Amino acid sequence: MRIALTATCVADSMFPQAPRATVRLLERLGHEVFFPASQACCGQMHINTGYMDEAVPVVRNHVESFSPVLDGEWDAVVVPSGSCTGSIRHQQGMVCRRAGEDALGARADAVAAKTYELSELLVDVLGLSDVGAHFAHRVTFHPTCHSLRMLGVGDRPERLLRAVAGLELVDLPGADGCCGFGGTFALKNAPTSAAMLDDKVAAVRSTAAEVLVAGDYSCLMHIGGGLSRQHAGIGTMHLAEVLASTVDDPTPLPHAPAPRTRTAGAEVSR
Amino acid sequence: MSARDEVLTRVRAALQESDGAAAPELRGAMSAQAPVPRDYRAAGEDPPGSAAVIDLLDERVADYRAEVHRVAPHEIGTTVARILEGSSAVVVPSGLDAGWTSELAASGTALLTDSREAPLDVQTLDGADGVVTAARVAIAETGTIVLDGEPDQGRRAISLVPDLHVCVVRHDQAVQTVPEAVRLLAEHPERPQTWISGPSATSDIELVRVEGVHGPRTLHVLLVG
Amino acid sequence: MSTYLGLPTLRRKGDAGGRATPSGTRPDEPFGPVPHPDDPLRWGETFPQAARAALGNDQMRANLGHATSTIRAKRASVVGEVPDWEALRDAGAAIKTHVMAGLPDLLEELERNVTARGGVVHWARDAAEANRIVAELVRAAGVDEVVKVKSMATQEIGLNEALAEAGIAATETDLAELIVQLADDMPSHILVPAIHRNREEIRRIFLERMADAPADLTDAPRELAMAARAHLRRKFLTAKVAISGANFAVADTGTLSVVESEGNGRMCLTLPETLITVMGIEKLVPTFTDLEVFLQTLPRSSTGERMNPYTSLWTGVTPGDGPQKFHLVLLDNGRTRALADDVGRAALHCIRCSACLNVCPVYERVGGHAYGSVYPGPIGAVLTPQLTGSSGHGDPNSSLPFASTLCGACYDVCPVKIDIPSLLVHLRARVADEDRGRRVPTGWGAAMKAASAVMSDGGRFALAEKGTVVARILAGRKGYVRHLPFPASAWTASRDLPAPAKQTFRDWWAKEHEQPGERSDR
Repeated sequence: MRIALTATCVADSMFPQAPRATVRLLERLGHEVFFPASQACCGQMHINTGYMDEAVPVVRNHVESFSPVLDGEWDAVVVPSGSCTGSIRHQQGMVCRRAGEDALGARADAVAAKTYELSELLVDVLGLSDVGAHFAHRVTFHPTCHSLRMLGVGDRPERLLRAVAGLELVDLPGADGCCGFGGTFALKNAPTSAAMLDDKVAAVRSTAAEVLVAGDYSCLMHIGGGLSRQHAGIGTMHLAEVLASTVDDPTPLPHAPAPRTRTAGAEVSR
Repeated sequence: MSARDEVLTRVRAALQESDGAAAPELRGAMSAQAPVPRDYRAAGEDPPGSAAVIDLLDERVADYRAEVHRVAPHEIGTTVARILEGSSAVVVPSGLDAGWTSELAASGTALLTDSREAPLDVQTLDGADGVVTAARVAIAETGTIVLDGEPDQGRRAISLVPDLHVCVVRHDQAVQTVPEAVRLLAEHPERPQTWISGPSATSDIELVRVEGVHGPRTLHVLLVG
Repeated sequence: MSTYLGLPTLRRKGDAGGRATPSGTRPDEPFGPVPHPDDPLRWGETFPQAARAALGNDQMRANLGHATSTIRAKRASVVGEVPDWEALRDAGAAIKTHVMAGLPDLLEELERNVTARGGVVHWARDAAEANRIVAELVRAAGVDEVVKVKSMATQEIGLNEALAEAGIAATETDLAELIVQLADDMPSHILVPAIHRNREEIRRIFLERMADAPADLTDAPRELAMAARAHLRRKFLTAKVAISGANFAVADTGTLSVVESEGNGRMCLTLPETLITVMGIEKLVPTFTDLEVFLQTLPRSSTGERMNPYTSLWTGVTPGDGPQKFHLVLLDNGRTRALADDVGRAALHCIRCSACLNVCPVYERVGGHAYGSVYPGPIGAVLTPQLTGSSGHGDPNSSLPFASTLCGACYDVCPVKIDIPSLLVHLRARVADEDRGRRVPTGWGAAMKAASAVMSDGGRFALAEKGTVVARILAGRKGYVRHLPFPASAWTASRDLPAPAKQTFRDWWAKEHEQPGERSDR
């Protein structure tokens, strides 16, 4: 298949390992990946903060960047992020119509209909549950709210992870609970966000996993920031990085600030 | 303008812009023109009064910690007398089958008859040890008994103030689902209805369920058939 | 304040003075500085400020965490056993849509049918008018004491305080409402208003403020409930006037319904001579059989039971049975304002089950008082600002739409499928639109405008990425940032921020894929 990649603005600048792994994985599976360089952002941040008018040019740029999928230049668009896929699928059209741009809204909906979150693409479009990956580590998985509830990806990511050779998947207690990120919520309601993060970090630590995996680097940035601050010794990785890993070409574990030896015991027992 | 006219004017003005439907962008939004989709179960798979329905009703009523008694028609009087044994006064609605309480009366308990025409005062009800009523319909899935105030069930107050309620339900009055009961009750919507699912209860303190607050603290249900 | 409050029911508006600090405890007041809001839909500070204060109350957080996790599990279990749950949600959503579309006719139909069955219908434009109507009806009955069934509509209009000003004492008879009333508190949950209290706190409230509480009262929930039973029984048996809300009103029959658990509702709806029901105009259903949907979805969603212990339905006056005088007060109080917004009107579909509160991770941490309204939680965050409208920038209610991470748990459990996350976003847009009209834009407004220009063009975005070199320097060799200046300090207060990548994805792509000759393995 010919697949266009939405790198997402956050991953492009901060976490390029996620889109890079997406490319590596899809190419290994025999597909051709394209990156339209005119892309920037899906508009989610503007929309969820209420700045709908300001979101319109952002959405227009996204729709124009990926419109070739409507002409058959590509077969599908893949996004290694649940929340960006959710915004593309459920918000972009609305934003355009709200601004009176009905034609653009219709185009946005059409592009969205060919746009898939990574686990959706692998399972539903490519019909895979085993991508031939190898990753011999103890892993726990945070499903992320928008993947779970806006997209309804269900257990697709877990099915993919269970098929990875060598991987030990540990259940995350309270997995479906929000980590407290919520975009600008983390800034506008920082103490509440931090209280939610504390609980999520404690749950992740209780699994004694080596790495926390999720399908969205926004949430991983948040939880990872908490894990790092607490010197939990647990790193974060995108689902794509795990699925891209093979025996011949393994993805290394990410750097994670290790427990401080003097306080490690106390922190773990908490 | 009167408050009535003003509120109605505001409502009409609010709806003028669109047809009253929520914006289609919202998930779950329905059209105000299309008929209401009623794809839910209008009836259960088991017919009213069937053994499956009675068993389910028994289980679900008992789940609320109400006492369930499975009895044959000729055992009603004895069962009622046993439950209320030693009571000095028990309230009965004027239309109640006299056979249900004859054994109780013979044991020395005073029967206090109540009706809309000759209502007992609230102090008398408060002083009674219990009340015996029939029912209009029972819902198995939810363990619910519905009274509709007819003469064999009585005024709403009599099944409320006494601290013990004995309710007699015939098998043929039991349906599986809520819609079956509502459609039956819709034949007389003007009758005052009381839906009873177990004894009164509260979960207001740390969500710990405590049975028996203001309504009868003890509920006995006789399933007769 | 050490004075014994013998008559908490005579609390008047603004009695306590001071500001409403949710759920904290002032040393001179045993049960917390109580918000005595002039407006039950707009009190206290902004949500972020109030939430910060609430987060400091460990006891309340523990109480809430325990309660919400318990009720979540109960709900999930009883919803799971209903095979046609989604069909019931669809039907509920559609019925409510029809109600909104046909509201004028349905209201008139209800009025006709209630009147035909011996009831009297009153209309109230706002809270003050509704309170005046009720006070006059109570006075006309010749009493200065009433019993009340728990009702959100009467909370919303501050009826108890208004009646107190008219010299009428109103006694709340729902156990949780009684606890809240005795403690001079405000409710913090739609269904379980005292959810922020634990058993020991309730015991102390009863001992101090319920004159007939047994001296040896323990904190066992059963004992506490029995103390309330004894306390209220005399009032029930002698009350002449009761006031209730309504869960549903059926237009085609004039039937009203109250759904409850304790039997206090039945007491109020059955024993007094006069019943006054205050109801929001949106609580209608078109036909009697529509109840078959909501009487399935409401109990399972709210208390997590297959059916609540008691549901009462009455139609006007039944001669010889129950109150012989029935008044129905139909309340607008901002509902038509919400109705005029074709997006926002979906919030009026709410049947007050409170399932969205119980699953909300934000509500679970901060509790109901932080929302500064009798309608807290996700539905409160969309309903409250719509009922009140915005009084401009600085209105604490304009902070409510931002009191959510948009995690979507509320939509999944809503029995009438209100898309609360999308409504929140819609209301955020309203706040942003207001800001856009300001001559001096807010910090957020300016930032979003600038970001829009950058993020709507791949070239400009690539240029901006080059600018993040500053952050990389801040991060140093550790690879993460631990302290940033305001406003990013809100992030770094409790989280590290990774340094931006040395090589952006687009740079890598350009290098790897656009020049195939130099392509390495990855």
